[in-house]
Amino acid sequence: MYVYDDLDRTLVTERVAEFRDQVARRLSGELTEDEFKPLRLMNGVYLQLHAYMLRTAIPYGTLSSAQLRMLAHVARRYDRGYGHFTTRQNIQYHWIKLEELPDAMADLARVGMHGMQTSGNCVRNLTTDQWAGVAPDEIEDPRIWAELVRQHVTLHPEFSFLPRKFKIAVGASSRDRAALRIHDLGLRLHRNGAGELGFEVMVGGGLGRTPFLAKTIKAFLRKRDVLSYVEAILRTYNEFGRRDNIYKARIKILVHELGPEAFAKEVETEWQNIKDGALALDPAVFAEIAGRFLYPAYARLDDNPQELAQLRRADAGFEAWMGNSVANHKVPGYSIVTLSLKPEGGTPGDATADQMDAVADLADHYSFGEIRVGHEQNLCLPHVAQRDLPELWRALEAVGVATPNVGLVSDIISCPGLDYCSLANTRSIPIAQEIARRFHDRDLARQLGRLHINISGCINACGHHHVGHIGILGVEKNGEEFYQITLGGKADEDAKLGMLIGPAVPYAQVADVVEDIAAAYIELRERPDELFIDTVKRTGVEPFKERVYAAR
Amino acid sequence: MTSPLEQKIKITGPVVVTANRVGDGAVVYRRGDGGWTTDLHDAAVTANAATARELVTAAIADDLRAVGPYIAPVTLTRDGEVRPGNLRELIRRHGPTIDLPVTFGI
Repeated sequence: MYVYDDLDRTLVTERVAEFRDQVARRLSGELTEDEFKPLRLMNGVYLQLHAYMLRTAIPYGTLSSAQLRMLAHVARRYDRGYGHFTTRQNIQYHWIKLEELPDAMADLARVGMHGMQTSGNCVRNLTTDQWAGVAPDEIEDPRIWAELVRQHVTLHPEFSFLPRKFKIAVGASSRDRAALRIHDLGLRLHRNGAGELGFEVMVGGGLGRTPFLAKTIKAFLRKRDVLSYVEAILRTYNEFGRRDNIYKARIKILVHELGPEAFAKEVETEWQNIKDGALALDPAVFAEIAGRFLYPAYARLDDNPQELAQLRRADAGFEAWMGNSVANHKVPGYSIVTLSLKPEGGTPGDATADQMDAVADLADHYSFGEIRVGHEQNLCLPHVAQRDLPELWRALEAVGVATPNVGLVSDIISCPGLDYCSLANTRSIPIAQEIARRFHDRDLARQLGRLHINISGCINACGHHHVGHIGILGVEKNGEEFYQITLGGKADEDAKLGMLIGPAVPYAQVADVVEDIAAAYIELRERPDELFIDTVKRTGVEPFKERVYAAR
Repeated sequence: MTSPLEQKIKITGPVVVTANRVGDGAVVYRRGDGGWTTDLHDAAVTANAATARELVTAAIADDLRAVGPYIAPVTLTRDGEVRPGNLRELIRRHGPTIDLPVTFGI
């Protein structure tokens, strides 16, 4: 948990007062929409199909129970009783009224939350591994580094009008749970051959209409140089990034057009000028930030206590949930618990105000008052004593967030699509719901094993369809909804972009196609534990393509 | 971004002018008397390009009450009922095609 200081509180409070004045001037007619739009976007306020939308940052996906209760309050008081957790560790409210937005923001500010830099051509909310600080394979808590960079880029005047938005993710584990390669900038903390800690710097990743995986431009960056090197990258992008064409303005296009080597050379030239200046890491500053992350006072406990083993043997439902949603913790006797926001018939990533309140209470009782938000649109309780797992499971079941489908076929990542979004061409959520219905048989889902489906309702790719094991992209053709299918994408440490399997299929056939692909996989895999993604890698997409299009 | 005023207005059937209300973002339609309504049935419907241009020009000038006016297709039933002309407008008129999550609350 990160404890905000007076500067953070002042910044957020002053921003609310400023925005309250801007809204009043807009409502009185003193500001036109053209004048007001950039101001509202700086606070994460969009206008969608049928209402305003407020996007609120959850820096590095960490929430206190008090913050989650406030998110529930905002959902209940100012929206329609629910919120939508996004693929960038934000929450979105889809029915917020402009007239009430200043009050909603003032309430959020009471717990240090805001919508600053969740929109616009600036450095967006930094994301990390939702298991930061507790994952057994982690070298060091990446949130400290994310917070260091966040503080540097927040309201940084030089980087408030970049050519386009800029997304940074930070990871520090052997497994990439933060999708580093699909970010504008990915920072991976690792140990070099000499045993020193430093960052691999990956630049120019991103999806959208021109997808690229980030290229490594520096294999090892000393920790002391992280701010100066990030600054050099942003400065290079600010100088050379294209501003004449919105579709070519992201840093991925610059890196692609210059080539990673030439881009790295430009960065290096800039960096040499600044690396030993004010941005060289001051250990005292780092220590102060690190000191604001509070860690629980864990009890001395043994792994696999007796009561856990007993219930695992006695209750198949508990055993299924344990096998699916509970992961190893770095501290003996504790576990990391994922809360599925993908119930059958639900909207991926949505949680009601009642659910948020209940999860906040459970976090207080079982997880030292801390909750995490993952880019897969699920929540997580990061510090659960294993002896408490049976009780917690029953409580989570009652709240509706214990569906044992984490990482399985119905754990679908989906953008809001045309049901909410003014950019979308097609719907995403009903497609996700129909696929989840087709695979509601939990035995079938377990038999299929790890299988990630990602759905985007337009080319902007907010559902990260390019990196889905099965990717689904909605396209409009003559007023009808069609969907392109890709296979073989992944966003982990071995990231890949999926391959298109053929012509788009109509809305009504998408779930049938996914069933065909699943059936083909069962037939094609060499053994039951060969994962879907490994089968696709081994066979290519051809056998799947044949299966899908032979019948159509 | 091309201003709606500069866009060539090509109309192949009945249309209305629609926008979002400034205060709450609700979907509104331009009425014949220069006001706005949330009820599509009260909207000014035209199949004439010049009339549509006049409607949208006046709507854009009304920046205090509505955001982002544009011309949207509608269909007319035999008994004169006005219906949204495409899926996007249908969703704007009636809301998401899915159940809202409150129905899954505890």
